[in-house]
Order: sequence, then C-alpha cells, then structure tokens
Amino acid sequence: MSEQDPKVRAKNFDEVPFGYNPELAKLEASRCLQCKKPTCIDGCPVSINIPAFIELILQGDFLGAARKLKEMNSLPAVCGRVCPQEDQCEKVCILGKKGEPVAVGRLERFAADYEMTHGEFIMPPKAPSTGKKVAVVGSGPAGLTLAGDLIKKGHQVTIFEALHKAGGVLVYGIPEFRLPKAIVQAEVDYLQKLGVEVKTNMVIGKIYTVDELMVNGYQAVFLGTGAGLPTFMNIPGENFNGVYSANEYLTRSNLMKAYLFPQYDTPIAKGKKVAVLGGGNVAMDSARTALRLGADDVYIVYRRSKKELPARIEEVHHAEEEGIQFHFLTLPVEILGNEEGWVCGMKCQQMELGEPDESGRRRPIPIPGSEFTLKVDMVVVAIGTGANPLIPSTTPDLKTTKWGYIVADHETGATSKEGVYAGGDIVTGSATVILAMGAGRKAAEAIHKYLTEST
Amino acid sequence: MIAHLNSTIFLGKEKRGVFPIVEAKPLAPAVKQFKISAPEIAKKRKPGQFVVLRINEEGERIPLTIADVDAEAGTITLIFQEVGKSTAQLGKLMAGEAISDLIGPLGVPTHIEKFGTVVCVGGGIGIAPVYPIAKAMWEAGNTVLSIIGARTKELLILEEEMAKVSHVLKISTDDGSYGYHGFVSDILQDIIDAGTHIDLVVAIGPVPMMRVVCNVTRNKNLKTIVSLNPIMVDATGMCGACRVTVDGKTRFVCVDGPEFNGHQVNFAELVKRQRAYLDQEKQALESFHHQGGACMGGRS
Repeated sequence: MSEQDPKVRAKNFDEVPFGYNPELAKLEASRCLQCKKPTCIDGCPVSINIPAFIELILQGDFLGAARKLKEMNSLPAVCGRVCPQEDQCEKVCILGKKGEPVAVGRLERFAADYEMTHGEFIMPPKAPSTGKKVAVVGSGPAGLTLAGDLIKKGHQVTIFEALHKAGGVLVYGIPEFRLPKAIVQAEVDYLQKLGVEVKTNMVIGKIYTVDELMVNGYQAVFLGTGAGLPTFMNIPGENFNGVYSANEYLTRSNLMKAYLFPQYDTPIAKGKKVAVLGGGNVAMDSARTALRLGADDVYIVYRRSKKELPARIEEVHHAEEEGIQFHFLTLPVEILGNEEGWVCGMKCQQMELGEPDESGRRRPIPIPGSEFTLKVDMVVVAIGTGANPLIPSTTPDLKTTKWGYIVADHETGATSKEGVYAGGDIVTGSATVILAMGAGRKAAEAIHKYLTEST
Repeated sequence: MIAHLNSTIFLGKEKRGVFPIVEAKPLAPAVKQFKISAPEIAKKRKPGQFVVLRINEEGERIPLTIADVDAEAGTITLIFQEVGKSTAQLGKLMAGEAISDLIGPLGVPTHIEKFGTVVCVGGGIGIAPVYPIAKAMWEAGNTVLSIIGARTKELLILEEEMAKVSHVLKISTDDGSYGYHGFVSDILQDIIDAGTHIDLVVAIGPVPMMRVVCNVTRNKNLKTIVSLNPIMVDATGMCGACRVTVDGKTRFVCVDGPEFNGHQVNFAELVKRQRAYLDQEKQALESFHHQGGACMGGRS
C-alpha cells in the first residue's frame, strides 16, 4: 500500500498510508485462499468472517463487504487502521507461512472507507423496544461497541463522556496521522443515527455517581472508562516545564488540536530535542507528533532492546523511516532543568540484558559507570497508564484490584455490583482497541441477557 | 433516594454543548461575573469545587471555581479576570449568548464543619473562590473573620457579599486607596499578634500571596488551606498537567485538590509551572487584539 513519503509526512499531520483503490483491493483480495477451515477468524478478537468479506471485495461488492464486517465489528474503519493484525488474523494466515499474509487490515480499512464515502445510510435491523435503559460510561472503543450492540437489541442507550468530544482514546490519544478524527466522528454519528444518545461533558463519579444513574432509571451500567491515569517515572526533575505525560502531550495535540495553535487556543511546547520514554504505540505516537511539531531530533529512550519493543512493528517501522532515533537499553535516571524551571537535559544509564524476569523478557540491569547526559529540551513520559479512581471511589460496592482496576468477569464483564458491567482498559490495564471492543461485545451480550431475563 | 425517582426530566435539561449565559456583569476593570444556566451542575456542586469551560470549538479548556450557585434557578456563578486570549474572548460574551462546553462539578469539595474560628483570606481575583467557602463556613456556625485585598480600590470585588458571611471583614489595598495600606498577610499577622484564637485559615489568591500567608501561619502552626490554580487540560485526572509537589509528593490538583495544606505546597515550583506557556499566551492575546477582538465565541 502506498504511503506518504517519510520526509514529507514528518512535517504534516495527514494520514500516512493512502489506502487501496478498488483495483488494488481486488488484487489483494484475490490472494486469499478462501480456506475451508479458516484460521484467521479465530485470530480475530471479535471473530469477523474474514474470508467472506474478502470474497465480497473480490466480487466488487464493496458495500456488501463493509456490511459483512459490521456484522461483527461496529468500528471497521478504526480497526483497519489501528488493530495489531500482525499478532491476530494476519499472524495465522496460511499464506504468511511462506510469504506475506493477506493484508486483512488494509482490506478492512478499504471496505469501511468505501462505505463511508459511497454508501447510503442503511438502518440495520433493530429489535422492538424493550423499554430498558442502559448507561454507558465512556465513549471509547468498548463503550461504542457495546452501545451499538445494545441499541440494535432494542434497548435505550445513553453514553456519558467526560470530555467534550466522544471517542475516548480514539480522539484524545491516537494522532490524526494514524487515525483521522473524521473517521471516529463518522462512527459516533452512525451510532447516534441508530438512536444512541451521547452526552458529552459528563464526568460520572462527579455529576452523577453510578448509584444515582441506577436510581434514575438506568437498569444497567457499563463502565468503559479506560485506564486514564498517567504514570511517571518517579525520578527527580519530572515536574520541570517541558516534561509531559504522553496523555497530556497527545491530548493537547489530538483532542485540543494544539498543532493548529494559534488558530486553536490550546498551546503546546515545541521541543527541538525531544526524548520520549517508553517503547509502546503511545511512545511512537508521541515521538512522531514531536517530529511533526518541528523537533530536530526525537529520541525514543527504552530500557530494553529493540526485540522487546511492545509497539506494533508498523509503528516502529514508520517511526524509523521518519528519522526517530532509538536509544535502546537506556534508563533515564534524572531530568535536568534550568533556572526558569525548563528541561535542559536528561541523565541516563546504559543497561544490559540479564536473566528473564516474571514477564519472560530479559531483565535490564544497569552497567556501572555508564551514566551519560542526553541534551534535550522536552521529555514525554509514555510508560503506561493506571486506573482512574473517580468511579471506584464513589461506588462503594464495586470491587477493584490492588492496582485499582475494576474486577470483572472475563466472559461477561459482570462486576461485584448487580447490573454493573465493565470492560476495556479499566479492567485489563492498557491494552488494544480491539480487545476493548471484544470486551464491549461480550458485556453487551451479558447485559442483554440480564435485562431480558430480569423483570 | 426516593426523591430521585421523581426526577423524570433527569439529564434532560442541558442540551448538549449549549450553556446559555443568563447574566453578565462587570465587577471591576477586566473582571466579570457570569451566571450560566447549568441546572445539573448547580444541583450537585459543593463549596470549593470548580468547572472547566470551553467557549467554542477552537477553545481551550479553562478551569474556574464556582463562586456561587442558585440551585432553584439552575445557575452557577463564575467570576474571572481577563488575563489572556481565552478570558478576554469570554469577557466579550453577553447575556443571551452561550458557551459550548461546561464540565463539572470537579475537584474535592472543601471540608466544611464547625471548626470554631475560621479566617478567610482572599487576594485579588482569589476573593471569588474564597467567597463560597466563607459562606459555607458561616452557615456551618463558625466565627468567620475575613480579610480581602486588592492592588487598588477599584479592583476589590465581592465586598458586600463577603460582609454578609463574615463576623469581621477587613480590607487592604496595596496602594492604600481603600482600607488598610498594605497586604492581606499584614492584617493576618496583626490578628495573630493580637492573640486572637484561630482554628483554621483559608487563603486563596495569587501564589506570592498564598506563600506569604503560609509563612505567617507556619510560625504559629496554624492549619492553613490553600486552593491552587495550575494549568489544567482535561481536569479529570487524565493528563497530569496540573501536578504540584505537596509534602514532597506529586499530586494532581484537579482530582486530589484543588485544596491542600498550604504549609506543604511547593509554591516555587507552582509559579514556574504556571508560566510554562507565557510566550504562546502573549502571542494568542496579541493576535486576538489584532483581529479587533472580534466576538468569535458562543456561536459554535
């Protein structure tokens, strides 16, 4: 699939891959073997009938392909872009054993985009009203999926979103160049056309507690709030100006559109030498954002080696192409600041890999006497997130783990509180969009059962 | 709990994205008071809490303390000083216009109980957040001694309102144009030196003022609560922009605060963090004035 040239795209926020045209899509679809026992379906967390939608693309029925996708996946345009296909459907594709697997993700994106630009809105079949009301807390991938499923089953669904725009991590976290915001908006618009009510600016735990929602007519509540609490390194100097959590940095750029300052009012620091701490997708997103905001040098500082990078291969590849510099086996130990309180450097320590730790990855251990100072004027901390305590702390009978995540049944999302379900990062800790969607799907089934079997 | 069952129009009052300004009046040069229709927030809010507002689609998220509420009328009162582009733009809005987003009530409410004698100190625009706390302390049966101050007489706000909820109200101006010639902290020092029994001090205002007040009370080991106003973005605990160091630990003002034990706050760091975007703020304000400060808000 053709992409923007790395030199060009490093200076703009437009989407990196251009996407297939119909000819290329059909050509790629023709590579699918249409296996009698397809392994790809099992590789998909929401069990999309992958051979079936690919076959429809091959036949030129692109709208049909999109509808086939939507049977199982309410956000195909999103998943086609941000799913880690290389660890899921494409990983188990038979073709991948000898060569390149079928580009399932790209085909998914193609069909979904085609529908968005060519398709008419077709109201999917909707069950008669059950008269039951469901409150969905959080409008990220889990909440959006669940809302779509439950509205089609005839329930009344209201989404409560804390921010001023719906979409959760899809709007505040993932940058425009990886997931255009118009796509997320189209998905939210679609749900609203189905009848889902979206209430923004509603911080549940503050404006209403979960109990108040239930007393006021919501028979079931789904908590899909995400893992929104930023983690810092807890090293000296982290409160200097120019040190951002990845959450703040990306929220400023993506949600608040600070990259368009001063046309938009929210400012953002434009570092010239930027260190991004961490090796996941969020770190790659932060690094590539810094580059687009005019940085000369952007470093990914990661304490393990390249092999252990948790980011998607494609994201690492894109980052490398754009000129992001990687400091592997490097541990930041102190952030240095000037008299005005601005970052001016970062002390680091070189590491080497020792014996495997409890995660099975080799534990990085410091090399004595290897300290050095990296000259930087901005630092983005992208080492993961924790659980936001707003809801658990205002819902006394909701059980949480010792890390503050909500305890929920793996299969149903049921929590310790009757009628309350949870799924996504607030249960599992930071994971992927598709896993959150899978959790939303399972919880939707369980809530439907709960609402129709109870009186 | 039963009362809730009657609210059949629950959640239906506020149309998404439209919060009408029902009253806008100037309190002092470049200081405005808005009453904004927000029935759900008005009903829920407790003293010490704040909202985040956004004027329009291009707007930034601005945290403002809720100075007062009228739960029956469904309005909240916000008081702000026009210091940057966003507040200048906000100040141009008139009654009948609207802002696109209002989020709240946020932050941990003030701990209100009958402490005995509470001294409420407000400096400049900080009188606005002190007022609801003084009022609640008064209603809880405390003896309320209030000290409010401003640079000069015409910048002093809420004098009448503060008088109504204070047993004693003392006033200072930096230039001596009204009341005591000096700082609020000087008056506090005098009260302490006079041997007045004090159970709690609440001080809100510019950081240098809060820092001096804390220095005054620290010597006497007087418990002192301050309310901080760092830069915020989401204000729900997600971004960490508002982090401050309290007692050597990093805390988030939006969810752990906004009130902290003033004796434990690292004010020097807070001042620096508040200045992080001075250049951009200047640039935004200049380009806003350059465009004639055209009213762009409230119509998104």
